[in-house]
Amino acid sequence: MAKRFLLALAGILFSGIVFAAGSGPTIDLGELTINSNDKASLQRGARTYMNYCSGCHSLEYMRYDRMAQDIGITNDDGTVAVDMLKANLMFTGDKAGDQIHIAMRPKDAATWFGVTPPDLSLEARARGNEWLYHYLKGFYADDKKPWGVNNAVFPDVAMPHVLVDLQGVQQPIYETHIVAVDGETQQTQQLVGLKLATPGQLTEAQYDELVTDLVNFLAYVGEPIKAERERVGVWVLLFLVLLGAFAYLLKREYWKDVH
Amino acid sequence: MNTLFTKLLAWVDERMPVTKAWNEHIGQYYAPKNFNFWYFFGSLAMVVLVIQLVSGIWLTMSYNPSAEGAFDSVEFIMRDVDYGWLIRYMHTTGASAFFIVIYLHMFRGLLYGSFQKPRELVWLIGMGIFLVLMAEAFMGYLLPWGQMSFWGAQVIISLFGAIPYVGEALTLWIRGDYNISGATLNRFFALHVIALPLILVGLVFLHIVALHKVGSNNPDGIEIKKLKDVNGKPLDGIPFHPYYSVKDMLGVVVFLIVFAIVMFFMPEMGGFFIEHPNFVPADPLKTPEHIAPVWYFTPYYSVLRAIPDKFLGVVGMGGAVAFLFVLPWLDRSSVRSIRYRGPYYKTALGLFVVSFIVLGYLGSQAPTPIKTLLARIFAAIYFLFFILMPIYTKFDKNKPVPERVT
Repeated sequence: MAKRFLLALAGILFSGIVFAAGSGPTIDLGELTINSNDKASLQRGARTYMNYCSGCHSLEYMRYDRMAQDIGITNDDGTVAVDMLKANLMFTGDKAGDQIHIAMRPKDAATWFGVTPPDLSLEARARGNEWLYHYLKGFYADDKKPWGVNNAVFPDVAMPHVLVDLQGVQQPIYETHIVAVDGETQQTQQLVGLKLATPGQLTEAQYDELVTDLVNFLAYVGEPIKAERERVGVWVLLFLVLLGAFAYLLKREYWKDVH
Repeated sequence: MNTLFTKLLAWVDERMPVTKAWNEHIGQYYAPKNFNFWYFFGSLAMVVLVIQLVSGIWLTMSYNPSAEGAFDSVEFIMRDVDYGWLIRYMHTTGASAFFIVIYLHMFRGLLYGSFQKPRELVWLIGMGIFLVLMAEAFMGYLLPWGQMSFWGAQVIISLFGAIPYVGEALTLWIRGDYNISGATLNRFFALHVIALPLILVGLVFLHIVALHKVGSNNPDGIEIKKLKDVNGKPLDGIPFHPYYSVKDMLGVVVFLIVFAIVMFFMPEMGGFFIEHPNFVPADPLKTPEHIAPVWYFTPYYSVLRAIPDKFLGVVGMGGAVAFLFVLPWLDRSSVRSIRYRGPYYKTALGLFVVSFIVLGYLGSQAPTPIKTLLARIFAAIYFLFFILMPIYTKFDKNKPVPERVT
């Protein structure tokens, strides 16, 4: 009975997955692979973040020294290399133990950009790493927008394309569809792809790498404890398996006399 | 040492029935010897209750129950409190684990007819536990003060507004404000950490007292008390301790392995245990694109959405839970266990499980015309399982039940 029930359950869950597979992104912006243990990648991501993002986007839940410790900006004895941290990644007068604030006042920011740039501490957990990757690769030229750019995965976003010097300018590729609305035909334009029109300082492969590192860094900021939790988890599981072996032997011994 | 302990125990026993209680409920509580896989979930529910109580106490030490501080304090727990991340993931994983375990525990009752006479009260108290658990989970979900916390509570509380005449006043009374606010958060916190856990523990105690009065059912659905040996012990019974204490210990370890895999390696469980929008602080001015309750409420949410009228939808959602209460009086079968029931009940139970799971899936998705149609079909099947039960259980072609457990 139990087996049959579980089989039926698996069948239903599988049909649910098939169901869900119907919708997907309309344009292909590439696949993301990140390695949260790659400290060089995290450091490059932190560098990009501090140079291009941290002017507007705070990381209120992240402290500089914790970040330095985790991504490997440390001395030989494992302590945080404060001088190195301050020289390379801290552009404010904050102390190493401070959170990553921004200087801009929220009210001013709202006047200048229309919205206050959000704090990005948990952005990777809220949106997903893949989404961030596509977002950072999804800017394209659009004269109708105040900053001259629009975004393929976040239409009408209020943010300018901060990395445009590095990536270059992408032009949108549209496909024209003719649809019938109330008996009349109308033309609609659907975004189907992006093409690099004016190259930036980086090649496309280099830009992909830069964005990958940045997403890797934001994923780390979203959950700094991830590496530690997985490390602890392995030991806990090993202990539980060992305990389970003894529990099994004990149970078998006692149940010998039950017929 | 040993005599000292014996003397001490005798001293206590004269004043409080410790030995008597131990024997009655553990040492000489005779349980059927043929418990299978499904019988682990009762003790596992107790384990999860303890996990939730203990991790909850430690969370309370660092949590700040105010609209201004709640979200920040949760991240503070995750990042700055020593092992705060472990305590919090334990609590979030525990919440979902609680419902998994309870749903399987209830399904066991449906499989083997554990709700039938003379165990109606065990079932009713259990249903009371289920109700309180749902309230506990709902109120706890507001506390992280994320977008889904806020908007989930907004949707559910507004449902009370559909009740004629008193609806509006009722929602105001529940929220303590015209909108979900710090006042709502504070009272939900009080209920979540004090009132409901107290009731929960009390009901669990009664659940076990009632169970030990009538004795446990088993996969064959036979009363083991009918056949006793010369000493008056059930022939097919074995003392709970040591047999089931060691067996349950193995079950607990296996459960903890699964629990640890989720907690340490996939605490969000793909957005089902911790929903992604809940990493954004609550914003009363910004409605999320798609509001979905946590997975354990989605079957009922599906029923609510499937019914076009709001008030009837609320009635339907309540009915989906309420029908479970009267199960002992809907079932007219002469046998308990699925092993000896005829094809009608087996088919009905299978369809019920399928509809519960499909409704659960649909409730987590944004509605489309096709999905709404499916939700209506499966909601109908869900209710027909109960409504038609007196008929199909009465006329079912049951098999003969053996004298002894197999």
